[in-house]
Amino acid sequence: MTDTEDLKKTPLHALHVELGGKMVPFGGYDMPVQYPAGILKEHLHTREKAGLFDVSHMGQAFLAGADPARALERLCPADIVGLKEGMQRYGLLMTEQGTIKDDFMFSRLAGESALYLVVNAGTKDGDFAYIAGKLDGVAVLEPRPDRALLALQGPAAGAVLERHSPGIDKLTFMKVVRCTVAGAPAIVSRSGYTGEDGFEISIEAIHAERVARALLGEDEVLPIGLGARDSLRLEAGLCLYGHDIDETTDPVSANLVWSIAKRRKLDKDFLAGEAIMDKVFNGTPTKRVGFRPDGRAPAREGTEIADKSGRIVGKITSGGFGPTLNAPVAMGYIETALAADGTDVDLIVRGKPLPAKVAPMPFVPHRYRRAI
Amino acid sequence: MSEVRFTDQHEWVRVDGDEATIGITKYAAEQLGDVVFVDLPEAGRKVGAGGEAAVVESVKAASEVYAPVGGEVVAGNPALTEDPAKVNADPEGEGWFFKLKLADKGELAKLMTKDQYDEFVKGL
Repeated sequence: MTDTEDLKKTPLHALHVELGGKMVPFGGYDMPVQYPAGILKEHLHTREKAGLFDVSHMGQAFLAGADPARALERLCPADIVGLKEGMQRYGLLMTEQGTIKDDFMFSRLAGESALYLVVNAGTKDGDFAYIAGKLDGVAVLEPRPDRALLALQGPAAGAVLERHSPGIDKLTFMKVVRCTVAGAPAIVSRSGYTGEDGFEISIEAIHAERVARALLGEDEVLPIGLGARDSLRLEAGLCLYGHDIDETTDPVSANLVWSIAKRRKLDKDFLAGEAIMDKVFNGTPTKRVGFRPDGRAPAREGTEIADKSGRIVGKITSGGFGPTLNAPVAMGYIETALAADGTDVDLIVRGKPLPAKVAPMPFVPHRYRRAI
Repeated sequence: MSEVRFTDQHEWVRVDGDEATIGITKYAAEQLGDVVFVDLPEAGRKVGAGGEAAVVESVKAASEVYAPVGGEVVAGNPALTEDPAKVNADPEGEGWFFKLKLADKGELAKLMTKDQYDEFVKGL
């Protein structure tokens, strides 16, 4: 039994309970895994119309200083210095050993010198201590536990948010702006974790419930729990930290080299830069890829992957049922020689080989709003 | 006359003569959420009381289904292979999992009656 007394609550906790949310521990918080509609309906509704997610458990912070972008580049191989005003980007927080301490989003708000960061819930305390320690004297990290974070995701998200924040629908993918949402001062980015068009809305905790109720009051919007958040991101081929990537995996094995900027590859001026570039050029023994099992049985996290001779060649790191595809999907690490799309493998489910194919990700095409 | 009994693992068993039909309770189906796959035992397989007999997978997780009583599997429910959502729609009817030829009718006495099970669920 989990002692729920020790779990933290987001500013929307009472609303989740009122909406009939089934509460479970996640990342140190008591969070809704689903509402009465259930994971399947919540998932499909998000792809069809719009879903509202409480992601206030994630860590928000500002990084200030003379040149916070230059400072943060030491810990992250993305192009942070070159990020234009009003833009957001994905980055990896690296360990000294060249493995992944976390993945996070960073933004440069127009007219502001500090960077705005969003990191994972379960890792935020460790991340913040790590960043503050490593950048001591060159940048100042200011965690913002006073802020809530909502995600409004799905094809109707633009039309819905426009009603509460006129002009916001002009924002395109990975752009970020300060504005008001239902009268509350907000930082809004056009991004998310579902593969759909949508927004992430950072507001002060005191306004969270009012803003959430305003958005839930729209016909197109249903509240969505962590269960559907997981199945949506899996179909979108997006990594879940602590499962698909962690401090034992590196950016090259994880197939996240796209997040390392060209300038950074040449300069290698980040933690374990030499070691990571060696992997970029020479490859890694294993690689993260997608899998489509035959039939309907899901292959869950921890499932072993065998080649057709029965030799174990990898492991599933995320797996489940994809409601949009009405079929199981999975991702995991496999020996690089077997990582090509279409390769036949067996997933060992309950002792029996379940035939599957290495498959391209995303499993469901992304539908980001790249242009107006 | 058929008799229905329940386990603390939330299976039900309905007995007609020496044939037992087994499924999961409404409570279990609600806890699991949307069922997307059911792995059923093959005819002829022998299972002991309390032994793992089937697996039910929801979007979120996999759960074992145990045989409330021992016996030889007669058939799995073919309708669940086509439409696993029947487990949610009618868990104690059309959503049955498998049928057994009972080995020992005496094992039924160790299981809960409907009233006992309802009381048990209330206490959870």
